[in-house]
Amino acid sequence: MAVEATEAQPLGKAVKRKEDPRLIRGQGRYLDDIVLPNMLYMALVRSPYAHARIRGIDVEEALKVPGVQAVLTGEDLAQMNLHWMPTLAGDKQMVLATGKVLFQYQEVAAVVADSRAAAEDAAQKVQVDYEPLPAVVDPFFALTPDAPILREDREEKSNHIWHWEVGDKEATDAALAGSPVRIKEVIRMPRVHPAPIEPCGCIADYQKATGKLTWYVTSQAPHAHRTVLAMVSGLPEHMIHVISPDVGGGFGNKVPVYPGYVCAVVLSLKLGRPVKWVETRTENIATTNFARDYHMTAEIGATEDGRVTALKVSTIADHGAFDAAADPTRFPAGLFSIVTGSYRFPVAFAEVDGVYTNKAPGGVAYRCSFRVTEASFLIERAMQTLALKLNMDPAELRRRNFIQPDEFPYQSALGWTYDSGNYESTLNKALALVDYDRLRQEQKERRERGELVGIGLSTFTEIVGAGPSHTFDILGIKMFDSCEIRVHPTGKVIARLGTRHQGQGHETTFAQIIAHELGLTASDVLIEEGDTDTAPYGLGTYASRSTPTAGGAAALAARRIRQKAQQIAAHLLEMAPEDVEWDGSQFVAKGLPSRRVSMAEVALAAYTNVPPGMEPGLEATYYYDPPNLTFPNGAYVAVVSIDRGTGQVRVERFVAVDDCGTVINPMVVEGQVHGGLTEGFGIAFMQEIAFDEDGNCLAPNFMEYLVPTALETPRWETDRTETPSPHHPIGAKGVGESPNVGSPAAFVNAVVDALSPYGVTNVDIPMFPWKIWEILKTHGLAL
Amino acid sequence: MFPNPFDYYAPETCDDVYALLHEHGYDAKVIAGGQSLLPMMKLRLAAPEVLVDVNNVADLRTMAVSDTGLRLGALTRHAEMERAQWPDYPLLSATAGHIADPIVRNRGTMGGSLAHADPAADWGAALLALDARVTLADAARSREVRLDDFFVDTFTTVLEPTELLTAIVIPAPPRESRPFGQYLKLERKVGDFAVVGVAVTASLDDAGRVVTAGIGLASVGPRPLKAQAAEALLVGQTLSPAVIREAAEAASQAADPVSDRRGSAEYKRTMVRVFVERGLAKIQADWELVNRASA
Amino acid sequence: MDNGKRQSVTVRVQINGETREAAVESRTLLAYFIRDTLGLTGTHVGCDTTSCGACTVLLDGVPVKSCTVLAVQAHGHQLETVEGLEQDGKLHPLQQAFWDNHGLQCGFCTPGMLMTALALVRQEPLADEETIRRAISGNLCRCTGYMNIVKAIRQAGRTVAQTQEV
Repeated sequence: MAVEATEAQPLGKAVKRKEDPRLIRGQGRYLDDIVLPNMLYMALVRSPYAHARIRGIDVEEALKVPGVQAVLTGEDLAQMNLHWMPTLAGDKQMVLATGKVLFQYQEVAAVVADSRAAAEDAAQKVQVDYEPLPAVVDPFFALTPDAPILREDREEKSNHIWHWEVGDKEATDAALAGSPVRIKEVIRMPRVHPAPIEPCGCIADYQKATGKLTWYVTSQAPHAHRTVLAMVSGLPEHMIHVISPDVGGGFGNKVPVYPGYVCAVVLSLKLGRPVKWVETRTENIATTNFARDYHMTAEIGATEDGRVTALKVSTIADHGAFDAAADPTRFPAGLFSIVTGSYRFPVAFAEVDGVYTNKAPGGVAYRCSFRVTEASFLIERAMQTLALKLNMDPAELRRRNFIQPDEFPYQSALGWTYDSGNYESTLNKALALVDYDRLRQEQKERRERGELVGIGLSTFTEIVGAGPSHTFDILGIKMFDSCEIRVHPTGKVIARLGTRHQGQGHETTFAQIIAHELGLTASDVLIEEGDTDTAPYGLGTYASRSTPTAGGAAALAARRIRQKAQQIAAHLLEMAPEDVEWDGSQFVAKGLPSRRVSMAEVALAAYTNVPPGMEPGLEATYYYDPPNLTFPNGAYVAVVSIDRGTGQVRVERFVAVDDCGTVINPMVVEGQVHGGLTEGFGIAFMQEIAFDEDGNCLAPNFMEYLVPTALETPRWETDRTETPSPHHPIGAKGVGESPNVGSPAAFVNAVVDALSPYGVTNVDIPMFPWKIWEILKTHGLAL
Repeated sequence: MFPNPFDYYAPETCDDVYALLHEHGYDAKVIAGGQSLLPMMKLRLAAPEVLVDVNNVADLRTMAVSDTGLRLGALTRHAEMERAQWPDYPLLSATAGHIADPIVRNRGTMGGSLAHADPAADWGAALLALDARVTLADAARSREVRLDDFFVDTFTTVLEPTELLTAIVIPAPPRESRPFGQYLKLERKVGDFAVVGVAVTASLDDAGRVVTAGIGLASVGPRPLKAQAAEALLVGQTLSPAVIREAAEAASQAADPVSDRRGSAEYKRTMVRVFVERGLAKIQADWELVNRASA
Repeated sequence: MDNGKRQSVTVRVQINGETREAAVESRTLLAYFIRDTLGLTGTHVGCDTTSCGACTVLLDGVPVKSCTVLAVQAHGHQLETVEGLEQDGKLHPLQQAFWDNHGLQCGFCTPGMLMTALALVRQEPLADEETIRRAISGNLCRCTGYMNIVKAIRQAGRTVAQTQEV
């Protein structure tokens, strides 16, 4: 049962969200709600072709549309050397196309006008003369000598972007060769999109008189955006003020800097007026960063009694026209090396090759810590194949290979130090909840009646909280995060962080952390994020990193406050600081429990009565550089049945037991799990951005890029175990992405389990009914 | 998103609508619920110069039940049919609940859907199964056209640019029989167009014999289809598994689907068979239930 | 009615009980009329294909996607938006229930979801879970997985039913 924000000792309690009162009144302030005086509206002209040379652009007719103020082309930007911009992955990306276009819907010109309608009218009148070129759609073809070279700007005349590998290849090959049992499975995670309900957008407001640019933008990482913009535009960074207002969902979509943003900034600089650009849904899905698009092959070696001996993975990563992945610099394939999962692989090797194709650039970590979803999907799917090969119950196979509780910190074959976990107890809880043994018995009975029923497991481990500065940076900036706390004289608090929530509930959960540390209630603490002029520098909110990084900073900044407060408390109690202790809510004189001072009393004293020689005030800032990442994990069980007439899959039950360490707010954690499972369900059953052979995007809107409604979405059954992270200040790990990382494999494993008596070991996602029906037909199962 | 500019008229009588259509011809487009037209205009796939909004024409909102049948004004909204409780026309409410999503159903109209002539639309299949006719009128004349003759091709009907679809007429089920109706739709999610839609209706006498039968198909051809051979097979029969199977097979032969991202032609054709089978089996089960209750 | 005009048609509506009037282009969609012209930004726009339902408002008490209705089509009609839910400083039972049950995360779909739910609880306050899920199946949410939204609507419905009994 949810409690009010005035609850004492709030950590671990289901405190009702502090952000809700404005949002349920329709008083949230999202990007498109902001209207500035004299504001102009921008619309983009986009390419109808996936690959074409631009012969010319005629803007005459567009300029004649009443209300049009300017039209910007790539050639205009080239004169300012702004026609290309860096991506977060260290590649570069065209802002407005010059020479040729490389994907359908690519940005070709920007039109700005007095109204939205006029901007759209004029965009329609920009005439672009294209010479279509053959499109490269298949990444495997892209690597062949027959494929045209897409990126003429690069020195290297190849569609191959980079090769990345990790692990011991020789030892892995040797171990595989020596293993009595081996499996190999080709597993694909298709191109998907985060598609938050609020699309991306910005308002660039450059004031010529002050030289200051205020940039309102739908951003998950406002500080990073400020730095990137300073680098791109040449504006001094202190003259750029980024404001990320209420954000209507992000899931990774609002991490990168997009060409439309740069165009709006350039037009505002040029015209000295605010310029608003809000993308349409089509623009959102067809052009802003996609996720996944990994073509993976897994090989596992094992003993006959089911102990894994080696894992080998090779992957082709389709990045589209530009490598616009939002990964930490040293990790072109993100944290894909978590691919050994929850299991004791003595040796492993993984390699990934990035490839250019004529598709929209990417990819982002969609509700995912940098390719962790791909890795988890791969290993959890491959373990299913191994279980089938061994004819062993998949739960038993997992038990035999789990990293054991006493092995933490555990050094994985691919280089990570897992912090904590108790995988078997988490699995046991899930199996008990779903009544696994009875389910298997029921499955047997139903199979005898001709039904197709499957039970799928996923016991994933992921890696979140990038990250420690020795390993993690984006464009050179270390991936710490920060918190600044100010305690006001009356004992009320404002805290600012470098993160930016998009629905995760930071205004509540971070208030809970700080309040708990300071003996206050969550209602006493105002959390503010998203304003770079006020918040300390941070890398933002994605990859489930906020709690592991900024959450740690919040706890440690609060403890800094408490250190000083203890001095003041001692002064008030007329005792030596070492004779005063913190009892969890107040300062108490040791041995004299009746003599106590509250944080509110200390706060007042900080401004009215500090000890001699002490600096007044009560503030602290902490930049938290985490010593390690955190490793949340979970055990999921899906139960499905298949309609033999139509191929439709019904999810009969889904049990999710998550372990994200210390839980700050169980209501919020449960909400994150519900949402992530639903996105995982969509990915497993209905989502794919497909292309035809000419590179036309076949799912550029919600008619074809399918988002589950309340009617399709299964009823989720959730629970948790709590194995704290030993290194995090409050023992917390991230959770937002776990359900999205862990669930797709559970769904597929369940469907494969249903079909496995007929020799099926793999079903490609999304598992549309027709696809299942084709399998049913092949095996004589279709009605 | 803004459509291209247009002149807007909201006449209150059919005569005024006819006059406007006569005046503007191909430049004009009639808007009723607007749930297909406005999205196309927003994406600028449609750009009429003149929009004639018929929502204020009271005559298009009438509904009349008589011994001979049901006459529905073209402005009848999907949601009204979803809630309708007409025992003689069970297929109408059975179909309406599958159209688009609940909010779109509040606005979208039957007449608009038919005139738009999307081969995937659910009403096309259902009303073909019911042997419905549509009334088309302009200033000079009014004509009634069998729906099967109304649909020509994808997004194409016999409606002239000066004509307005004013009403849908559904014949009453034969006396001494009880009508049943099922709409089966394969969609990937709520709001999706049918991958395959099958409307099945049959009137059964006390002995369980089929007096009339109708089978309409959505999304398996360039226009909504009527599975006439299958319908003919059913008349005079009781719905035994063999009869059902035969009719389902015949209906699937009437389908003319294409392979696309929603499934192969073979899949879609098979879904027609599976759905007709299921629809007829449900009708038989419903009949048995009713018969047992009245016995 | 300003027949035959494209540049400037007068639209007069009663919105949340208040009469408002403005001249707009005939092609102005109701969603933008509410947001940009009337300044009520609680109603959101999330797609261009009438799919997401973030823009749902009540038109004469019936939920419609305001991105797929022309402003001029609402002329002379009653509109209700999220801003009208709170009465006399008291949250509507739906607002309270969404808050109590964590029925929202990013909040972007919430106003549309609330308006769809409003029409449902007025008609059928004690609707079962299946009915609720069907009723909100035209409103997409990417954050919550709908579980807590359904829970919230049930709670609100019970509150509304009790109030009606009194």
